[in-house]
Amino acid sequence: MPVQVISGNYAQAYAAKLARVQVISAYPITPQTTIVEKLADFVASGELQAEYIKVESEHSAMQVCISAAGMGARTYTASSSQGLLLMHELLHWASGIRAPIVMGVANRAIAPPLSIWTDHSDTIAQRDTGWIQYYAESNQEVLDTALMAFRLAEHEDVRLPAMIAEDAFYLSHTVEPVDVPSQEEADAFLPPRKARDIVRPGEATRLGSYIGPDLYMEFRYKVARAMERVPATMAAVEHEYERITGRNHGGPLPLYRADDADAVLVTMGTATTTARSVVDALRARGEKVGLAKLRVFRPLPVHELRELARTVDRIGVLDRSYTGGLVGAAYSEVAGAMYHARERPMLQNFIAGLGGRDITPPMVEQMYRRLIGAGGSEVEWIGLKERKEVA
Amino acid sequence: MARLTIPYEEYMRSGHAACPGCGATLAMRYLLKGIGRDAIVSIPACCWTVIGTPFPTTVLNVGMMDSAFEATGASISGLRAAADALKLEGVTIVGFAGDGGTVDIGLQALSGMLERRTDAIYVMYDNEAYMNTGVQRSGSTPRGARTSTTPITEFSRGKVERKKDIMAIVAAHEPAYAATVNVAFPEEFVKKVQKAKGIHGPRFFHALAPCPPGWGYSPEKSIEIGRLATDTNAFPLYEIEDGKYRITRKLGRAKPIEEYLKAQGRFGHLRPDEVASIQEEVDARWKRLLQLEALD
Repeated sequence: MPVQVISGNYAQAYAAKLARVQVISAYPITPQTTIVEKLADFVASGELQAEYIKVESEHSAMQVCISAAGMGARTYTASSSQGLLLMHELLHWASGIRAPIVMGVANRAIAPPLSIWTDHSDTIAQRDTGWIQYYAESNQEVLDTALMAFRLAEHEDVRLPAMIAEDAFYLSHTVEPVDVPSQEEADAFLPPRKARDIVRPGEATRLGSYIGPDLYMEFRYKVARAMERVPATMAAVEHEYERITGRNHGGPLPLYRADDADAVLVTMGTATTTARSVVDALRARGEKVGLAKLRVFRPLPVHELRELARTVDRIGVLDRSYTGGLVGAAYSEVAGAMYHARERPMLQNFIAGLGGRDITPPMVEQMYRRLIGAGGSEVEWIGLKERKEVA
Repeated sequence: MARLTIPYEEYMRSGHAACPGCGATLAMRYLLKGIGRDAIVSIPACCWTVIGTPFPTTVLNVGMMDSAFEATGASISGLRAAADALKLEGVTIVGFAGDGGTVDIGLQALSGMLERRTDAIYVMYDNEAYMNTGVQRSGSTPRGARTSTTPITEFSRGKVERKKDIMAIVAAHEPAYAATVNVAFPEEFVKKVQKAKGIHGPRFFHALAPCPPGWGYSPEKSIEIGRLATDTNAFPLYEIEDGKYRITRKLGRAKPIEEYLKAQGRFGHLRPDEVASIQEEVDARWKRLLQLEALD
């Protein structure tokens, strides 16, 4: 299998190409843009046979994907930040209409002040839209996850859209060696979409419709049930992907040195790599710390989080987003999941790395120190500048 | 003996949920008669969401896709892309949106679809206000009209602004074909649709759809009022093909606009000076249309 040195954005584009997407629609926004530029190259060179609709907004990009998926096509788009926010209304349409769209997102901060740098607030703000959400740690994971996302999203038991989030610049524009599956391997893993419940010409079919209080709730319940079926289906899809490519990224909540840990930090995206190195350094000094990578945020891996709560007394959650609440979004989700754990751990929330601020090893070490020391407030912003530094 | 030029086939079943005398319902019926079975119709939030009847029923015998309010232009680009990607032959993609969903909130998506040269037909059925939400003014509401957001009081005389000229906006995109149609002239309506069906590229219809509750007249008068709209030059019938304008119904002398206005409750408050001012606007627009037609 050829190893190529590519960016996270190219990893997204290669995954879409290997998936033989039939309709692509996109609108430029930094730092996502090189995904759709690469796809434009693939289509222009004939390497990818797809209809590529270059629209006048992200809102329209998502509508193009929804309508194309509604006729049975395999679709892909990509966005970031404000573009993703503009799509928000349509993200609900996509899941409600059961359109298995796959979208790449380069996580970027939300204005104002305008910032193009890494921040998860854009995708976190979409957590309630009925999309499956993955957060990748490496470019290899971006490619593998995006390819798996098509199979999961289109699966008969699921039929929900999925987004693969990658940190702006840390992944989107940083090149890494990536083992790119061959087209034969991709085809063996991902057959053409078998669409059902679509609009067909010449038939009295309607997708969307409207409804009164007599049935609306049942439609939402069906989405909820599909979400409940994701974990088992995801596990089966990952097993199949491993059989063909030899790679498995460890399910929705891969753990690192957490077995006997006194304190575990929950991370998302590239901060995980930094945290892993800090765990090794602290372990070398005899401190029993571990790491849990929240790789899938929707549906939340509730079972795995409760298992973690059973064995670890102190758990910190690192949010790389600010959502206006008292606590971070990932923290409140994790806390919610652990509330019904048999033994509830002490929980602490760290907010760090907003707007592209590096999450450095000393910052992560500070988080572990707080956890081990079991002191401090429930929520702590790590890495803030002192007033004199800002002035 | 007169020959029936309207196809006999129906693609809209009985049991629709429209108000009696609804022009938008006739617009869909004539449109599909002109296109036939292999249409896929994209409908945003509008009266037709409801007219199409709730799940699990549908009033159309063709495929129907609901979309976000402001996204009809994008939706038909997506449907076209899928039809092409899946190699479905002979499908006609149609967007069917109201005036608010077209000239206001949907204008960007419409412009995008026209600029992309999407091979599809976009129909704006124009009942001249946000009727589904209870007659609020839209960019397509004519000057002087009373709506629920432009009431008639001592200080308010209905809508102050002029009706947005959507055909001029569409024409600026150089579509493959654009035409005005009126449900009160069904033969002409269907003929233009049949013509458009044979043309490739972006096509646009501005379809007048009189609305009894919104305009304030009794349902049996929809056709009469629709005819008056055209015969007073309030809603001229014309087409634009490859940039060339052609007026498709031209009377020797148009009827005074007052006849059209006085037939509708929404204009019932107008004073003679206000009617005269609207007459001037209608005359100016008609004159301009004649000039456009005269261009080579």
